[in-house]
Amino acid sequence: MEKFIQLHGLVAPLDRANVDTDAIIPKQFLKSIKRTGFGPNAFDEWRYLDHGEPGMDNSLRPLNPDFVLNQPRYQGAQVLLARENFGCGSSREHAPWALEDYGFRAIIAPSFADIFFNNCFKNGLLPIVLDAAIVDQLFKEAEKTEGYRLTVDLEAQTVTTPSGQSFGFQVDEFRKFCLLNGLDDIGLTLRHVDKIKAYEARRKVEAPWMFAQ
Amino acid sequence: MSGQTLYDKLWNAHVVHVEDDGTTLLYIDRHLVHEVTSPQAFEGLRMAGRQPWRIAANLAVADHNVPTTNRSEGIADPVSHLQVETLDKNCDYFGITEFKMNDVRQGIVHVIGPEQGATLPGMTVVCGDSHTSTHGAFAALAHGIGTSEVEHVLATQCLLQKKSKAMLITVEGELGAGVTAKDIVLAIIGKIGTAGGNGYAIEFGGSAIRALSMEGRMTVCNMAIEAGARAGMVAVDDKTIDYVKGRPFAPQGADWEKAVAYWKTLVSDADAQFDCVVELDAAQIKPQVTWGTSPEMVTTVDGRVPDPAAESDAVKRSGMERALHYMGLQANTPITEIAIDKVFIGSCTNSRIEDLRAAAAVAKGKRVASNVKLAMVVPGSGLVKLQAEREGLDKVFLDAGFEWREPGCSMCLAMNADKLEPGERCASTSNRNFEGRQGPGGRTHLVSPAMAAAAAIAGHFVDVRTVAQSPLKAA
Repeated sequence: MEKFIQLHGLVAPLDRANVDTDAIIPKQFLKSIKRTGFGPNAFDEWRYLDHGEPGMDNSLRPLNPDFVLNQPRYQGAQVLLARENFGCGSSREHAPWALEDYGFRAIIAPSFADIFFNNCFKNGLLPIVLDAAIVDQLFKEAEKTEGYRLTVDLEAQTVTTPSGQSFGFQVDEFRKFCLLNGLDDIGLTLRHVDKIKAYEARRKVEAPWMFAQ
Repeated sequence: MSGQTLYDKLWNAHVVHVEDDGTTLLYIDRHLVHEVTSPQAFEGLRMAGRQPWRIAANLAVADHNVPTTNRSEGIADPVSHLQVETLDKNCDYFGITEFKMNDVRQGIVHVIGPEQGATLPGMTVVCGDSHTSTHGAFAALAHGIGTSEVEHVLATQCLLQKKSKAMLITVEGELGAGVTAKDIVLAIIGKIGTAGGNGYAIEFGGSAIRALSMEGRMTVCNMAIEAGARAGMVAVDDKTIDYVKGRPFAPQGADWEKAVAYWKTLVSDADAQFDCVVELDAAQIKPQVTWGTSPEMVTTVDGRVPDPAAESDAVKRSGMERALHYMGLQANTPITEIAIDKVFIGSCTNSRIEDLRAAAAVAKGKRVASNVKLAMVVPGSGLVKLQAEREGLDKVFLDAGFEWREPGCSMCLAMNADKLEPGERCASTSNRNFEGRQGPGGRTHLVSPAMAAAAAIAGHFVDVRTVAQSPLKAA
């Protein structure tokens, strides 16, 4: 996993509440057995005017000029600004894969759906919860100012605007440690092999039916 | 000190290790696997030279991509075919039990887990699918996970988790005739919203929940995720234990007695404290119909499509306007005047035998309306299908003009060939009415199986409480 330490990135505002993971990456693309290459199909149904299917050359497809991410001023955006309950619905990790592959490294919203929030951390993508009023202010500033960039500092747990206004955010210590160091969860968990085995040995006595073959 | 919630008990029984910040390594008893969210996890395992930690904890089935029509030809779509074939190969390679496409036990992963007794009270159950919350109906701690976590569970039999807050939702009193578990859960989502359960594990309780069958409880827990909660659960009672008894993966003999004694402790203590309590009156719940593109956009069958102009919150108002535009609906239209093009009875929410019986009782002796292009019934598993056929339900549906299909996820998410065409409107017993969920441009209205069948017959939504129902022959 790629480390996340600090980011100074262009902001794209997606002004909709309850953006679900079906919208982030539609089901036809979930048939892939790979982890990469989902970026060109992120927000596929909103982003293109035609219907997308796996295997199409996306560079030849007609873009929807009304979709915010298609505006020239937001090309190269690394910070996605979103509304309440972002990432709700399906648990598909293809959603953070698609956002990361598109180029986003951080998402700021007043709230996230739990599974999506969790999935982001496994992919070097930082979901940041800020108060709805602050998010609202950032929306206004990002829409008003072309080239609006935010600085995200994970170590300091701050988001800083171009005018120098800084907002703190919460992140679990363990998740922060993993992101800062780009650490793979499985490797970390396997440090506790003895504890897992001890747990199993105890449970096999307490609840043997759980271990039936 | 106050007592423990059911969630506390399930959580505490599975703690392997706790980090300083409370991040917990939680032991996983049952891992259910399907074809869509597992290939990358198996690939990761192989690349790292790792083996599954405990092979017997895993049970796999292909459900999302499988065709619901004649399967003798295999899967026509080469991309879907490859994904299902990849699951078969991965399970064969690692020695994981899989119900392959032509096995009579094949079906939707959340239907077959309980059906096989692979889901047991007191277990932690995970699957790379958000509707894993379904299994909480058995007083299991069950929730969906992403693919990285699928790999993590395969490799370590554990999951890294932070404990959620606990919410109790009680539904007290008696449901009216024609009102079902699906209406309860849609009414709950209408009340607390799709983000209402974010950060919580929900326990459903109260006399109306206890009165539900296990199938009904599964329907309620299934949609906990639609209320934002990863996990939903119901305490153990005699119905839970009776349902599990004798199933292929259920304990037997001395183990059974020991298990039952433990399972009976899986209830919240009388003095347990919840972080949030929500109360509903069962008698007030009417048949529900969603009108928008989020499950919280729901009203009663005797209601009208709401008017965005009456909404004061600007973000909500624009969301409603967008939804009405997408759904092709006018504000203030009576729900019963909305005509439909297709009907889908199926999905992990409503494809169990009781759901099919409820729909058949409405459809019996009637005909699907001429404006309905397709009404399909997709049983949740091969065994549900067999049971329904034993009871003659297939005949009831076929005689009424419904199609009777092979089991799978089907048009709940339209990853196989079953989908809506742009602009088509569907009465669906599934769980999500998101834009494009049942096919690009498709318009989904979520309802109960009885309401879906009634809509198929009428050609538009209709209050099932006003529809005559025919008794079905007992099996």
